[in-house]
Formats: sequence, structure tokens, C-alpha cells
Amino acid sequence: MKPINSILIHEADNVATAIVDLDKGEIGRYSCKGGIVEVVVAEKIPQFHKFSVQDVPRDGWVLKYGEVIGQATRDIAKGAHVHVHNITSPEK
Amino acid sequence: MKFHGYRRPDGLAGIRNHVLILPTVGCASETCRIIAGLAGGTVSLANQNGCGEVEGNRRLTQTVLAGLAANPNVYGTILVGLGCELNPVDSMAAIIQSKTNKPLIKIVIQDEGGTVNTICKAVKLAEHLAADAASCQPEEMDASELFLGIECGGSDATSGLAANPVMGYVSDCLVDLGATTVFSETPEIIGAEHILARRCKTAAMGDRILQMCRDLEEGLKKINEDLRSGQPSPGNREGGITTLEEKSLGCIHKGGTRPIAEVVECAQRPAQKGLIYMDTPGYDLLSVTAKVAAGCQLIAFTTGRGNPIGNPVAPVLKVTANRDTYCRMNDNMDMDLSPVLAGEMTIEQMGRRVLDEIVRIADGKKTKAEIHGFGFSEVVVRRMCDYV
Repeated sequence: MKPINSILIHEADNVATAIVDLDKGEIGRYSCKGGIVEVVVAEKIPQFHKFSVQDVPRDGWVLKYGEVIGQATRDIAKGAHVHVHNITSPEK
Repeated sequence: MKFHGYRRPDGLAGIRNHVLILPTVGCASETCRIIAGLAGGTVSLANQNGCGEVEGNRRLTQTVLAGLAANPNVYGTILVGLGCELNPVDSMAAIIQSKTNKPLIKIVIQDEGGTVNTICKAVKLAEHLAADAASCQPEEMDASELFLGIECGGSDATSGLAANPVMGYVSDCLVDLGATTVFSETPEIIGAEHILARRCKTAAMGDRILQMCRDLEEGLKKINEDLRSGQPSPGNREGGITTLEEKSLGCIHKGGTRPIAEVVECAQRPAQKGLIYMDTPGYDLLSVTAKVAAGCQLIAFTTGRGNPIGNPVAPVLKVTANRDTYCRMNDNMDMDLSPVLAGEMTIEQMGRRVLDEIVRIADGKKTKAEIHGFGFSEVVVRRMCDYV
């Protein structure tokens, strides 16, 4: 079995973190609920950066650690790089 | 889960059996260091304070020193004062005795006629006390008697991704076993304070956490400092951290996911069991000191870049998920959590391994910081303002 290259910290999260640099088209692989989940990344994901593991609509919550870390400023497709260009701190 | 510990006359469970040589004031600290160097079974610390302090600072000093003496890892204390300090031996002794009925001996350098006389007398007394301590038989105790302090310092990207989530899992396990864990560092929860506040058992406790953050930020504004702007830092962003919420969640995740049972002031002993939040600055030496003064028998310290600190009273377990740091700083690092990042172990599997190691340390296994004798005087007391 191929080793994982990404981490999903909490089962409820919709972003995973790459442990190594992932190139466009590479498969992000993380453990979840005892199995391995695979997501094709749509663009280069630098080490320790995040990619979405499901589609997130504009204004949708972005979850990591099982908590809201931000809000999408545009539609984010599964496999996309998630960072300052497409999410922002949620309004409290 | 069980460990062998020392039952103190005040009922608490210790995992070490130290005689503490405690200076009431900075002027007595070197004398205490020499006494502890000569008398086996004793530890000491460098207290910088105890004089030239406003009342608020004197109270902070007294709370921390009395807390260290009352920590269950201490069998008994020899209190060494100068004689003219703002924190005199008698009032310090009264505060310690209000917290614990363990053995306590007082010596005053000016009364003894200098350091040499003080050292001679104190070494004899300390050796008697250490011999009494050595006759204590460890008893089997339940893991629910453990009080773990959780600290993170010298963080890097691996801290928020693996080391802190692993420690959070350990904290959850201990709380479920009926034990107590405490995490702190108020500057590092800014941005996620509303999330912590929601996790408190009562709304009043949540409000206190929010107020602690407001007080911290307003205090800093008075001296034109700001914790929020420019965060996450450009370096954090380059490293993949997008929002302040995400950065702070990476820090607070080390406290796990259980409800917060109590919110306490710096160095205050909690009345409840379960997960505790303590208001401290982010400075690791101060925050570790405050947790040990509150009664923690053991500190678990997550790091990314590595850190050598210890504590005179409590063992400090160092864990890192950065394989390179674990190898390069092996004489400071106790556990390698990097298999989580390599996909070889899950957070839960590694968490159980850390929990087992914590119980072994409670049972007497020494941490790296203890083996090397590091950290025997690394104690920092919180300040409200400058000395006077």
C-alpha cells in the first residue's frame, strides 16, 4: 500500500494538509475512519499547505481541527489549494 | 491505569520525592544553589524576586513559591531567607502552611551570621530531611490522581499538524480516566478564544476567558503593542497557515476536545478535575513554572524546533513530530512523534504510546531533562510591572 502524503486532522474537516510538496495532478492520500482516502490535487500544493477534500461553495465554512478556520471567498472545487486567495477569517 | 507514587500528609499524590531548598528572595538564591549541590536528594531554584516589588508582584511571587513547596513531588522544604526582604521567611512559611502540612524548616542568613554558617546548618538539616524522604514507600495509585500540565514551545508546522493533536488525544484520555490536565498561554489563543469559550462548562467561565484576552490586548495597547495585526505572520503564511483562527487552533488543540471544567488564574490550584484552562503568558519557562506551582506532577512539552528546559520540581517530557529535531537534539527529546506524519501511526495510536510513557514517568522513569540534570533552576515568576 502506498504511504499517505497528507493529513486530515478531524473527520469533520473539509481540508487536508499536504506533508510533502504535491504537484498538479498528483494524488493526495490521507487516513480517515480506518481507511485511506485519495483526492487528485488540481494544482501544486506546497508542503504543509491545505487542499480541499470536497467542494466548498462561496461563503461556506472551511473546517480544520473540526472547527471553522475560515470562510470561502469563492467556490472552491475538491482538490484545490486552499489559502489566502480563496478563504478569509470568518466574521464573528 | 496505575502508577507508584508518594502519598503526602495533605493527601496529594507525588511522582517524585524531592527536598526543596527554597529561597524567599533573590539574595538567598545562590546560597540555596550551593546547599542543594552539597546535600543529596535536594533540588533548588533561582528565585529572582522577593524584594523591590510592588504588592501585586509580591503576591505573585508568594503564590508561585508556596505552590512549588506545596507541589506533591516535594517531600518537604527548607526555606532560606536573608532577613530584611519584602517576602520574609515567616510570612512565606505561613502561606506554605495554609496550603500543606508537609515538613517545613526555616533558616535566615542574617540570623545565622553569613552564608557559610547557613550552608553548614542547612546541609545537615537537608540531609536529615532527605533521609526521611527516602524512607517513604511508593504506593500504587490510580491514573485519576495525575495532574498533567501541557505546554508547547519552539513550534513549527509539525506542532499544529501532529504533536499538538497527539497531545490533545492524550489529554482527552486522561480526562476520561478521571485525571486533570491544564493548558494555558493566553496570547496564543487570541483568534480562537470564542471557540474555547464555547467549550467551557458554564457561560461565566467562557466570559472569563474572553475577558482574559481583552485584558491582555488592552494592557498591550497602553504600551502601543498589538497581538492581532500582522497575524498570521508572513512566515506562517508561507508555511501554509491561512488565518489567525487556524494558527491559534493549532496551539489550543494540545488541550484536546473535552469541556473546560475550570478557568484559573496564573499558578492557581484548580478545585475541579478534568480539563483546566490557566491564564498565563506564552513564555514557556513562566508558564511551566505556573503549572507546577498549581500542582502539576508532570509537564508534557510539544515542540517542533526543540527545547532543552526542565523544572526543578516536575519532570518535563519533550515530544516532537519533527524527525530531524528528534535526531539532532536527541539529548533533549524524549519521544519521536514523526511516524504520525509518515503515515505509519495514527494520532490515536501515537497518543496511546505517549499516555503509556506518561504513566511510566509517573512510575519513576526519568525524562531526558532529569537524566542530564538540566533545568534545575529554570523558574520564572509572572510580573505585573517593573521592580521598585
